[in-house]
Amino acid sequence: MSRPSDVDQVPPSASEPRGGEPDAELAVASQRTLVWRALRRHKLAMAGLVVTCLLYLVAIFADFLAPYDPNDINADYAFAPPQQLHIVDTSGDEWDWGLYVNGYEQTRDPETLALTFREDPSVKVPVEFLARGPEYELFGLISTNIHLIGPADPDGPPMYLLGASRTGHDQLSRILHGARISMSIGLVGLAMAFTLGVVLGGVSGYFGGKADAVIQRLVEFFMSVPAIPLWLGLAAALPRDWGPLQRYLAITVILSIINWTDLARVVRGRFLALRGEDFVTAAYLDGIRQRRIIGRHMLPSFASHLIAAMTLSIPAMILAETSLSFLGLGLRPPTISWGVLLSDVDVRALETAPWLLLPGVAVVVAVLAINFLGDGLRDAADPYQS
Amino acid sequence: MLTFVVRRVALMIPTLVMISIVTFVIIQLPPGDFLTTYVTNLSAQGEQVDPAEVAALRARYGLDEPLPTQYLTWIWGIISDGDFGRSFEWNRPVSGMIADRLPLTIVFMAATVVFTWIIAFPIGLYSAIRQYSITDYVATTIGFLGLAIPNFLLALALMWVGLNVFGQSSVGGLFSPEYQDAAWNLGKVLDLMGHLWVPMVVLGTAGTAGLIRILRANLLDELRKPYVVAARARGMPEPRLLLRYPMRVALNPFVSTIGWVLPVLIGGEVIVSSVLSLETTGPLLLSSLRSQDMYLAGSIILLVSVMTVVGTLISDLLLAWLDPRIRHRLA
Amino acid sequence: MSRSDVLLDVQGLKTHFTTDDGVVRAVDGMDLSISRGRTTCLVGESGCGKSITARSILQLIDPPGRIAAGRIWWHGGEETAEPTDLAALDPRGARMRAMRGADISMIFQEPMAAFSPMYTVGDHLVEAIQLHLPLSRKDATEKAVHLLGRVGIPRPDQRMHAYPFQLSGGMCQRVMIAMALACEPSLLIADEPTTALDVTTQARILDLLTELQDDTGMAMLFITHDLGVVAEIADDVSVMYLGTVVEEGSVTDVFDSPRHPYTQALIASVPRMGSRGDRARRLAAIEGIVPHPLQRPAGCPFHTRCHALIGDVCHERLPDLHSVDGGQLARCHLYDESVVDPGAGRAQLPLLPAAPVVTGDRPQPAPEDDRAPVLEVRDLTMHYPVKRGLLNRTVGHVRAVDGVSLAIQPGETLGLVGESGCGKTTLGRAIVRAIAPTSGQITYRGDNGAVDLAGLPDSELRGYRGQIRMIFQDPFSSLNPRMTLLQLLAEPFRNPALRRDRIDSEMEQRVADMLARVGLRPEYMRRYPHAFSGGQRQRVNIARALITTPRLVVADEAVSALDVSVRAQILNLLADLRDEYHLTYLFISHDLSVVEHLCDRVAVMYLGKIVETTTTAQLFDTPRHPYTEALLSAVPVADPHRRANRRGTRLSDDLPDPSAAPPGCSFHTRCPYVRADRCGTEVPLLRGVGTDHAVACHHAEALTLRGTTSTISTPN
Repeated sequence: MSRPSDVDQVPPSASEPRGGEPDAELAVASQRTLVWRALRRHKLAMAGLVVTCLLYLVAIFADFLAPYDPNDINADYAFAPPQQLHIVDTSGDEWDWGLYVNGYEQTRDPETLALTFREDPSVKVPVEFLARGPEYELFGLISTNIHLIGPADPDGPPMYLLGASRTGHDQLSRILHGARISMSIGLVGLAMAFTLGVVLGGVSGYFGGKADAVIQRLVEFFMSVPAIPLWLGLAAALPRDWGPLQRYLAITVILSIINWTDLARVVRGRFLALRGEDFVTAAYLDGIRQRRIIGRHMLPSFASHLIAAMTLSIPAMILAETSLSFLGLGLRPPTISWGVLLSDVDVRALETAPWLLLPGVAVVVAVLAINFLGDGLRDAADPYQS
Repeated sequence: MLTFVVRRVALMIPTLVMISIVTFVIIQLPPGDFLTTYVTNLSAQGEQVDPAEVAALRARYGLDEPLPTQYLTWIWGIISDGDFGRSFEWNRPVSGMIADRLPLTIVFMAATVVFTWIIAFPIGLYSAIRQYSITDYVATTIGFLGLAIPNFLLALALMWVGLNVFGQSSVGGLFSPEYQDAAWNLGKVLDLMGHLWVPMVVLGTAGTAGLIRILRANLLDELRKPYVVAARARGMPEPRLLLRYPMRVALNPFVSTIGWVLPVLIGGEVIVSSVLSLETTGPLLLSSLRSQDMYLAGSIILLVSVMTVVGTLISDLLLAWLDPRIRHRLA
Repeated sequence: MSRSDVLLDVQGLKTHFTTDDGVVRAVDGMDLSISRGRTTCLVGESGCGKSITARSILQLIDPPGRIAAGRIWWHGGEETAEPTDLAALDPRGARMRAMRGADISMIFQEPMAAFSPMYTVGDHLVEAIQLHLPLSRKDATEKAVHLLGRVGIPRPDQRMHAYPFQLSGGMCQRVMIAMALACEPSLLIADEPTTALDVTTQARILDLLTELQDDTGMAMLFITHDLGVVAEIADDVSVMYLGTVVEEGSVTDVFDSPRHPYTQALIASVPRMGSRGDRARRLAAIEGIVPHPLQRPAGCPFHTRCHALIGDVCHERLPDLHSVDGGQLARCHLYDESVVDPGAGRAQLPLLPAAPVVTGDRPQPAPEDDRAPVLEVRDLTMHYPVKRGLLNRTVGHVRAVDGVSLAIQPGETLGLVGESGCGKTTLGRAIVRAIAPTSGQITYRGDNGAVDLAGLPDSELRGYRGQIRMIFQDPFSSLNPRMTLLQLLAEPFRNPALRRDRIDSEMEQRVADMLARVGLRPEYMRRYPHAFSGGQRQRVNIARALITTPRLVVADEAVSALDVSVRAQILNLLADLRDEYHLTYLFISHDLSVVEHLCDRVAVMYLGKIVETTTTAQLFDTPRHPYTEALLSAVPVADPHRRANRRGTRLSDDLPDPSAAPPGCSFHTRCPYVRADRCGTEVPLLRGVGTDHAVACHHAEALTLRGTTSTISTPN
């Protein structure tokens, strides 16, 4: 039995764990890689990420996806109910592939004079992909009239897959276009809230002292004021003759006024915690400039937390816009947002046209998806905790 | 403790002053002062406006003075004799209009807070103790949904359900028609109870969802604390251990609910009450905002903001009373 | 021992945790028996499964952990009763619950965290009493007060109403002991009960436990990583490594003649009191680190670090516990007659290879008058305002550092010792100018003459940042996890005073050399800190401190967070680098044995002031300040034979509130030699009392104090 004498020939100063050599790939993994690894394990967050991306794609390609121009009206079809899209044609004796919807049969109630619609199985309105429809400019550059889906004959009977509004707008087209405003207002508002929050929170957390005290009072004030009445008040005070763009900007400013406080608190809290961290003291003792201490050592340490907090504040903005517009104090027609669409809903509409609630489903889906994503990001944000 | 109370109350004053200034700014934001709007409105209705009356009002509210003076006049009017100004749309003193509706609003909100607690407490507790059970997943899902659905949408959805499932039921409103104008009696109270639950559910859902999430997260944190193991090692029975130790700490969010749920509730109340047409301050605020009846709107905003601040104060004091750590750190 | 002596018998215990990465076998085939009335110490490095074993006994394992196999026989019932298998009881059942706290009690490492902050200690105590004893609230309260008095808490009836966060760690631990004793258990499990405490408090808690054991005759399972504590308190010792016992026996057997290579190396890697003055002496460090339980080596779990490998059998087969010469048991193939030929004579554990003594000229510090000191601190103070009340007014100051003067000669290693809260860390941070001192001078003599660092602004300090460096205590929080080793080590050169903004190949070479010098492979420079263990990270920390070739290094508890075996490696490294780079160290530590091993001179700090400073030899042999004596006598010595003669001075009470330091001599409230004259009224100044010996005590000349003069017995 020989003794392996060469086992301990490594000089004592070069002692390494011979048992558990860490995964070499993991060893050189940067923070971004680690966060992404953690996030990928989070199934709900990944689902949220996919849905969120889809929603933004919808917003970008709304013109193409929507069968109609969202502002086109067809008064003949006010409150027309959704049609079922048939994939298989079974109306004849044998069945056949083919996309079509059934046409409407209109009857007028002799007493109330209300128009009611019924699907007429005998009328087939053929539907095709990449159909020709109203002209639009893709990205404002390329003029085209190709839509993802639409009736094969643009001049024939219309197709309302999600029904029509009070004035005969195509609800589907309007929901798709509504994604533009509803999904972007969160981002624009966030950009403003972010700037305010990071600057004020950073000053407060890094420098402390008097600046901190003043900013803290300000944050406390904004947090103690009930947000919605304040929004309402501010939104109501907007001049009535402002155009859609002005209103849009004004509303984002109002939303960000409320939301920056959360971000400011996150930033401040992180700065305070980091100031006491040994590795920040070590960086200071390295003698490097303050700029670099903040930019290279402190900011990256909570950038992922910040991204998570930002993601989690988008849904609040979407909900706020929807509520404001619903109440008629936010955006107004002809601007199309989900909240504006929902403001069409009243008790009468609930009875006769419940599909007008569908933009609400879009809101819930968007908010859920972004919340899931944000939760996942928050959990994955610190990959160094064991 | 006394120092803490005094200090906390003292800290509240600047916040109140700030709130009143912001409210005043909101009132002043729309072009023209309220008297010009008032005069325009009356003229539009073809009524004669007495210039002497206008001048008197102008003097009373100091509308020719610079803005800071106007602010002081306005705020002094509120503090000294509860004069919140006049609603030009209704041509009534604001204070009277608010007084009509405030009690019901407060009842509604208090009921909702209680409802939120009653629902959130057992669900949050169970969710944390049986983490990853079916119930936990259901509760978590409901929590997510509750936070994702805007109040008004839930109200609309409930109304739709009421219409389609229960027929033309009286979802909306707080009283049945026969009690609408009746004097208060037992029947009216019961009728109110019967109607209150729908708005309560609608308004309380977001808060309940948030509270469940917070309670669950806090409890899970506490359950892993060494003192829980230590108590278990002393042979403490499990249910008693749970209720006496982690629960006691995790209860803090319930107390602080008043602080953070109130702003949410007050905001939601405006929307929910409008959709469900309740006779609370919410719809009044909304209609006054729509018509830029700014004295009425501003006064309501001021009042609900003050209610929030006072609510936060109460919850902070309660928290200090309940949690010895806060009590001793701040004393 | 006879069968009836056994109180608890653990056989083949396996406690496993199911995680995403696989099954962690935290405890894997554990055998342990505890005799009535005796103290059994379970000793091992962190992660070896000591605490999990203890918790398994009381079935306190939280999911995803579970007891996978094994029996835990409890013989503590009635004389005639059959033994109970605790492992078979329902963890949430009534029988298990009735045992907890009544038959078997447990105390924990973090005394403060083991109490709910929402209740007073009295509430906790009364509740614990009423859980198992049928007493009325009044009787239970009475008993609680009595218990508090018994564990040495002054004014127990008042302390009943205190919240845990209002008490010191030592006080909390006493309350916890009182709670554990309430029902007079047959077995007390103490899980690292003194690890979080100061050495003086630790000594008193250990005394208390011994005394209570003598009174009640209970058995004790004492879990610790500190061999000094083991030598102090144990009757029997079980040494754990990677979830299993590798050696067990009586405390004297294990310390006098360790049979397992791990035990042998563990004992040898502890700096021993008395091993001073010899700069050539290095610690015998075990190589490597304890592997993660997921990467448990096949065969004998210790074979990857063993110096006494026999052959392939070590890699292939798990050894059994073999009895050695009728004494202790050791889990090593060396004692297996089927492996080692019995004809070849009795198996002998090979001697631990002596750590290579660095030959050649090991520089000694220059004599004091020879050269001017590198660093001279004069009247340094660091005060923090205490704000209270309605308007947040400053009502007083915490005098963290209160008029400290000291000097460090070039090439010298000065140790700074004291209890936690004495201000030694603040002093260290002020010297490296991580914080700005309130007043005083910090004179540094560099190549360009002397400069007072105390008042310099950041921009001017940068010129000295490369010359005065710091090594931090916590190897985890002191490295930015988002930077590779290369970036971390290049960071000091971003200093505008050094003007090296790019990482070029020259810089890479420099980093590679430095990494190799501290014992890390240069190719690791592209890795992030999360890929390294605590010991390796501390090497990175050292490399970062030394890469600028500093003259003075302040090491703040640089080895305190490390395990015994790794600590020895790092201490050796620090000593080697000191000689190689002609470094001057300010070595801050609460661990006197480490200070004695490494330092040339020592300064003792108490409540922001230096109370004694002299050479290491004089301080340890002939201390002149009562506080120094108390500290020395509190240090547990890793030698069971010296237990009897070292019950020395014990300090009463805990450290006073530093914002309201006592008048006169700040130590007089705890001093065993306190006198009526001067002590309580007049602040003693630091004054010379002999060659190179200064002390701040009015009565230093009149006192005869005990040092640690007795020689130590060396194992092997």
